[in-house]
Amino acid sequence: MANFRDIIGAFKDKPGGIIEAYHALQKEYNYIPKGAVAEAARVFGISEAQAYGVATFYSYLATEPRGKYIIRICESAPCHIAGADQVIKAFERHLGIKIGETTPDGKFTLEFAECVGQCQETPVVTINSVPYVGITPEDVPAVLDKCR
Amino acid sequence: MGKEMRIVLRNADKIDPNSIDDYIKAGGYRALEKARGMERKALIEEVKKANLRGRGGAGFNAGMKWSFVPPAEVTYVVCNLDEGEPGTYKDRTIVQKDPHTLLEGMAICAHAINSKKGFIYCRGEYPYVVEHLNRAIDQARKKGVLGDFDIEVRMGGGAYVCGEETALIESIEGHRGEPRFKPPFPGVAGLWNRPTVVNNVETFANLPEIINRGYEWFASIGAPSYPGTKVLTLSGDVVNRVAIEVPTNTTIREVIYDFGGGIRDGKKFKAVQIGGTSGGFIPESLLDTPIDFDSMRDIGATLGTGAVFVMDETRDIVDIVTRIAKFFEHESCGKCNPCREGTFRNFKIMTKINRGMAAAQDIENMTLLCKVMQKACLCGLGQAAPGPIVTTLQHFRHEYERKLLA
Ligand SMILES: Cc1cc2nc3c(=O)[nH]c(=O)nc-3n(C[C@H](O)[C@H](O)[C@H](O)COP(=O)(O)O)c2cc1C
Ligand code: FES
Repeated sequence: MANFRDIIGAFKDKPGGIIEAYHALQKEYNYIPKGAVAEAARVFGISEAQAYGVATFYSYLATEPRGKYIIRICESAPCHIAGADQVIKAFERHLGIKIGETTPDGKFTLEFAECVGQCQETPVVTINSVPYVGITPEDVPAVLDKCR
Repeated sequence: MGKEMRIVLRNADKIDPNSIDDYIKAGGYRALEKARGMERKALIEEVKKANLRGRGGAGFNAGMKWSFVPPAEVTYVVCNLDEGEPGTYKDRTIVQKDPHTLLEGMAICAHAINSKKGFIYCRGEYPYVVEHLNRAIDQARKKGVLGDFDIEVRMGGGAYVCGEETALIESIEGHRGEPRFKPPFPGVAGLWNRPTVVNNVETFANLPEIINRGYEWFASIGAPSYPGTKVLTLSGDVVNRVAIEVPTNTTIREVIYDFGGGIRDGKKFKAVQIGGTSGGFIPESLLDTPIDFDSMRDIGATLGTGAVFVMDETRDIVDIVTRIAKFFEHESCGKCNPCREGTFRNFKIMTKINRGMAAAQDIENMTLLCKVMQKACLCGLGQAAPGPIVTTLQHFRHEYERKLLA
């Protein structure tokens, strides 16, 4: 696994590159690990509070560990009327966790999302940003199987 | 039945979007060459006279926007690919099907404002679009078609407010995506305080054909005050949930019934929300309105991004508006008071109404709050957030009253 210092360092010459560095960190660890915020602050010449403020502003960035597979369920209006609530319940039932939580084995995290831009076939979920469209509660086991 | 007219999507499904050679064979990058042979002033004048108005929601004349850029050493071209309005998937569609149309459009703008550097700000939900764009930019660099203009893609982090141009600029600079006070406008002091043009994907994608065919051609299409076409994305209870491109004098009814194929499962129409989740709700009686910017504004609605969210007779308007109110409560960045508190209160009151726990006074309070927000919020997020509430109270008030405590 790459060292977080190297990952951040690769962006040091990019003006405003801190967000790109955070994305790169998340690609490796699925969240921004402890110590990386302070390192980013140092590299980009801002205060730690500012670097933390950036990390916590964006809902796709996380400063706490998350599962290997991040499942986001869109609940914007078009997905809402197509039955997103039922899909959420089905995921919660199959994984034994509530939305916002991570399974104890660290494999799955369930999150709410707003529109992910695939509204041609609702409801929509994404797993590590890959969209799955037109998902019904019955599809949930098959979708989860893809993550094994 | 009306027909689609494809300017922005002219190459969609006809060329391989991964091949710059295909794009060039279809006439691509010829407009850029032509633009580069023009005086900057003449180029800006051409776009101004075409009356190409921003396709990202605000409808500002693009040539006019460019004309505000003062002569400067460093200027930037920024493309807004944040596409955060729920129900919208047009910019993704345009870029996935024909990325070079966007790159060529940005390069034309770069010539007009003498810029060497462009950024595309792509929403964090679309990492696969970022990859796709980087591939296209690589090809364009290798071919040398962009000359000394370079384009870099930056990815957002799932914040709706970052679609607002000054919040977007903050985000590219590596900050929290909070909107700036205007003025100064980005055209004068934008990215790193340099003059910056921010335009939507669809706005840029219109430019190659405008330059190829001339402003008179473009200005004569569709509605005179907002000429050209608009890419619309259909969602909800409509048969064909697709992206279409139609002249701007097409009516909402034609969009839903001709292009959309009508309501699903033989049900009846109840409402349509156009322009994204901040757009107004439109009842049956207004369906013969053309979709252009000004006609929509005249009926208290918006064209916005061109999202078309259709609801059938069985849908619960109050429940849907409650969901929308939650969206704004979540997406408010918290910088200004009226928005932070207003979106929070609106969601509370909508929830109370939706659960059957509210009284008539709650609706009155919410109406007053909406008025305050429309006037006092810092940016378009808070100013537009009351739209769905206000328009549904206007057209579907009985659905609210049905849920009030006796
Ligand atoms: C809350 C908010 C979100 C916005 N989101 C977008 C967006 O996702 N895409 C976009 O092009 N414009 C968006 N805008 C409009 C931009 O501020 C800006 O007007 C636009 O990018 C200008 O480009 P145009 O003139 O080509 O439309 C948003 C505005 C607000 C207030
Ligand atoms: S509303 Fe769910 S993907 Fe757009």
